[in-house]
Amino acid sequence: MRRLVILGGGTAGTMVANKLRAAYPPDELHITVVDRDDDHHYQPGYLFLPVGIYSEDKIVRSRHHFIPDGVELVLAEIDRVDAAAKAVHLGDGRSLEYDTLVIATGVEPRPDLTPGADHPDVHHFYDLPHSLALANAMKEFSGGRLIVHLTDMPIKCPVAPLEFTFLADAHFRERKSRKKVEIVYVTPLDGAFTKPIASRELGQMFTERDIRLEPDFAVERVDTEAKELVSYDDRRVPYDLLVSIPLNVGPEYVARSGLGDDMNLVPCDQHTMRSLEHPDIFVLGDGGTLQTSKAGSVAHFSVDVFMENWPYYIAGRELPHKFDGHANCFIETGHGKGMLLDFNYGTQPYTGGFPFPGVGPMTLLGESRSNHLAKLAFRFVYWEFLLRGRPLPFTTDMHLLGKKIEGEASGTANKDLVLGLLKRHPAPPTTTAKAAKPSARKPAARKPSSPQRAGGPKTPAASRQSAGPVPDYVPIVAVDSTADPSTILPDPIIPKF
Amino acid sequence: MPTTRIGGRAIDVNDEGFLTEYSQWDENLAPILAGYAGVEDLTDEHWKVLRFLRADYPARKETATLRRVASVGGFDMKELFRLFPGKPAKKMAYIAGLPKPKGCV
Repeated sequence: MRRLVILGGGTAGTMVANKLRAAYPPDELHITVVDRDDDHHYQPGYLFLPVGIYSEDKIVRSRHHFIPDGVELVLAEIDRVDAAAKAVHLGDGRSLEYDTLVIATGVEPRPDLTPGADHPDVHHFYDLPHSLALANAMKEFSGGRLIVHLTDMPIKCPVAPLEFTFLADAHFRERKSRKKVEIVYVTPLDGAFTKPIASRELGQMFTERDIRLEPDFAVERVDTEAKELVSYDDRRVPYDLLVSIPLNVGPEYVARSGLGDDMNLVPCDQHTMRSLEHPDIFVLGDGGTLQTSKAGSVAHFSVDVFMENWPYYIAGRELPHKFDGHANCFIETGHGKGMLLDFNYGTQPYTGGFPFPGVGPMTLLGESRSNHLAKLAFRFVYWEFLLRGRPLPFTTDMHLLGKKIEGEASGTANKDLVLGLLKRHPAPPTTTAKAAKPSARKPAARKPSSPQRAGGPKTPAASRQSAGPVPDYVPIVAVDSTADPSTILPDPIIPKF
Repeated sequence: MPTTRIGGRAIDVNDEGFLTEYSQWDENLAPILAGYAGVEDLTDEHWKVLRFLRADYPARKETATLRRVASVGGFDMKELFRLFPGKPAKKMAYIAGLPKPKGCV
């Protein structure tokens, strides 16, 4: 019997537990989920608390409620993972041995990593207590300068700071006090968003709403005495009410276990979510190094790919299914409207329409009421479908149908859009989930994978090496482009600095 | 992806002008790119940072963020802003012939 331990009972961990439990009986796969408490938070809801759209009771439910029968839920702190011994040591002294480990503990907001940012007057909405405190501060705020500040990327739900800014604008307009409030969006990026077309469209929306953008701002500290944000190049931005999205880093146990990079993120394959160090560790949800959004949609799409690969994994074979980085994000823009971004590793968000089977067209990178309603409806979808591993009317692969393409793009255009919802790939040759099980129990079936296990067990110190220290610099002799000489532009293209 | 001529050589770049091939950069190219980025003189201090970025890139396939240059490379953040004023992350990456740091999304 294979022992699977899932660290974290949040969005990704709960989804995986449900999907694997449905596919394999308990006598073949023993599943344990570890989390520190029994509160499952609907994290997108934090955004709505400060502007009075949601109340707290819509956000928290019991984790037990969503963990299926036949899955053990262990409530304890995680002390560390011993990847060499394949064991998880818990804070209460217990240990759990595993054959496969899923790290789904995500990232956490850490205001304490920026001097001054953990002061009670510095707000954010990345956990429940801070979101509730911000709700009070917003109620009491009678006018002055509101700063919405992003400390650094990556953060969970990278569009949330923009959404908060739009919702705050709408909130003060509806209360007829917008004229007394100056709103400034301060970001380390060179525009409103990371991707050029979205950045352009969103920048436009800032202008229309009289929101000032302060780009390229690398915060050094918050001066809470003077009420100023201070950057490394000594720029100062004064505030009356400060909402500062903290640095998001992985949990400390990841660092203690020698599994993380400088942000405590676990380096993982971009397409299979498998740890680069340890073939029996997978990283699902926000805690890895996927170069796409840290968002529930990514957790969902990548878990689908993980499930497709699972029969191959337990058979010791190569993992054939590749995650494409697909993310889709609803952006609340205020006044009952919303917009939708849809993108992947190769394709930035475009304008256009999103063919949403069974629901109807949604507007991409443009505002509409249907986008807003879809976002509100998503809370129900989250609790009732997503966490429980029930199928949703979204595709895992990103499609280009309906998008106005500018520049380069990758994705699935037109073909199989609707049929693709039902089955994206042909079934594995001999291995549907069920068919793969017998071979998984044969010890010989796992043998072929052992040469790939990077020379057997590794110590945490060894794993720290590749995640931490950098190889020595070695000068290289450059090669020229092999492009057709007639296509070479005579002048360089110089970026805007 | 366009190909342009930089320092008399054919170099592949993206639409924004950042080099796309790690192997097409060498130390002779850096001063030319530095000029385009408004960094007039490459001092030893600049070179230490550029060499860190070049050494860090191949294993991670990702340009170090400013935070990583400071925390892992051991450089002082204020110093980085002095060396590459305004937009240090973007300028360092460009001069080192690496992609613009994504900051993911």
